[in-house]
Amino acid sequence: MAADAGAFEAGPPVRRARLRVSGFLWRRPWLKAVTLLTPPVGAFLVVYVGSLAVLFVSSLWTTNSFTSEIEHTWTLANYREIFSTANPYLHVAVRTLVIAAAVTVTDAILAFPLAFFMARLAGTRTRALLFVLVLLPLWSSYLVRIYAWQTLLAHDGAINWALNGLGLPDQNVAYTNTAMWIVFTYVWLPFMVLPIYAALERIPDSYLEASEDLGARSFRTFRSVILPLALPGVVAGSIFTFALTLGDYITPLLVGGPSSQMIGNYVYDNFATNVPFAAAFTLIPMLVMGAYLLIARRLGAFEAL
Amino acid sequence: MTGRGARISLAVCSALVIAFLWIPLVVIALYAFNGSNIQGWPIASWTLHWFGVTWHNPDVRGALELSVKVGAITTAVALVLGTMAAAAVARFRFFGREAVSFLLVLPLALPGIITGMALNSFFVYAGIAVSTWTIVIGHATFCVVVVYNNVVARLRRSSASLVEASQDLGADGWQTFRFVLWPVLSTALVAGGLLAFALSFDEVIVTTFTAGLQQTLPIFILDNIRQGQQLPVINVVAFFVIVVTVIPVALAQRVMRDTGIIRRGAAQVTEAVEAAEIPAV
Repeated sequence: MAADAGAFEAGPPVRRARLRVSGFLWRRPWLKAVTLLTPPVGAFLVVYVGSLAVLFVSSLWTTNSFTSEIEHTWTLANYREIFSTANPYLHVAVRTLVIAAAVTVTDAILAFPLAFFMARLAGTRTRALLFVLVLLPLWSSYLVRIYAWQTLLAHDGAINWALNGLGLPDQNVAYTNTAMWIVFTYVWLPFMVLPIYAALERIPDSYLEASEDLGARSFRTFRSVILPLALPGVVAGSIFTFALTLGDYITPLLVGGPSSQMIGNYVYDNFATNVPFAAAFTLIPMLVMGAYLLIARRLGAFEAL
Repeated sequence: MTGRGARISLAVCSALVIAFLWIPLVVIALYAFNGSNIQGWPIASWTLHWFGVTWHNPDVRGALELSVKVGAITTAVALVLGTMAAAAVARFRFFGREAVSFLLVLPLALPGIITGMALNSFFVYAGIAVSTWTIVIGHATFCVVVVYNNVVARLRRSSASLVEASQDLGADGWQTFRFVLWPVLSTALVAGGLLAFALSFDEVIVTTFTAGLQQTLPIFILDNIRQGQQLPVINVVAFFVIVVTVIPVALAQRVMRDTGIIRRGAAQVTEAVEAAEIPAV
């Protein structure tokens, strides 16, 4: 071993030193692994996990209502306040969940035909084109897309112009929960199309032929073969649409109305003045997402992708 | 198996959904050329005036500068940390290997307000004042995993024996990296880097919790939309942001089609999958 190494240790001293370091690490793979892992894992443990820990701990603290200073006294007051029916917070949490669910269902309904067409019917070129047409909106700015809808829905915007052109009355959707529902559906739609597409594309043609051979008609094949195999894709897509809606406060702020406040809005409004309360309120989306991911795993959303 | 009628109706539905995705983008892009101060439709007169105004607007310039700076630093941090973690996870077996993936994907799997609020309370608790660096830290948390995922996928597809062969032939660590690993990893790193930059450039929720009074480009847009101020300028910025993201993605889609780089959605699906798989292990 030593003799072999010596045979290579020719050349300038820098190269010899490098070879020695390489050889040293090669003989000690654990050291190499530790060297590689320490910076990223260390940084994440300190900054991210540390932050989550501080978040949880500060949810048990309280704020001096006069000075807005955080007082390090242990209390469950923030949680009591959130779960008290005298306060609007539970109502807000329920509204957030309902909107997230509505957005998810709408996205699934809109995405499925498109994903099906892309995966099973379109030719190679059409499919590539559709793929780009779905991806580009996903990449373009999230804020700009919300702003686009704000403009479209405005009183003298393009939608009313189109409606009037068709002889229909104005819509009065701007700054309502309906507007929020439309905009959320719009911005997260590509996140639903892609996993459904992936799931549908993976169904072997032979399954569909077998179903036909066994006498199933189109609808029966769809219901008994395609839908169950596509379901994990739908669930995977729903993780995005649901989680992203749950943690958003920008869309309600920009296109929602006075009764469109979501969990995110309360967190955002309080983070500068009442950190402990805001911290406690973030616990709801965290718990909901934890439960959602567990259910999604049961439904096979993770094996499917 | 699908009848003619079903085929046609699916094609029509698909076209409608694509129109739903694109009409708002086209409309907002057209407003950049609006001759009037009022955001009405249809656009009555056309002008390029607002492009000049926007170009000379110091707030836009400052915000763009900050966004590019934060994006560049974040991308560099993500490339280094993501590649290191990926190399360790792909090449070594050790206790808690899955936990590493889980740790890295957590900021992307949890809603942005949680990451933002957590970092904010951390900075408040540790007495760290907001600066460019607090924004970078916020962005890096969810950008590292993008590079990590790209590199891990690439390393898993390439053989570890390449490195052994290189060393058997007398190459030192640097030469092995330069002549063996780099050619294998370069496109994954470019793709991961582009994606990290794009995520950072567009991020707004975590940024609002970590930026204080500093304005990145998305924060500049948000502040002005909220107050309904400088909308002609915002229209031009929106146009710019759409074009800036659309051109490279369209190009990259052509150039790197086989590497699966552009499938941002798919990449995030994989991440969520990995994130959620961990508790089972």
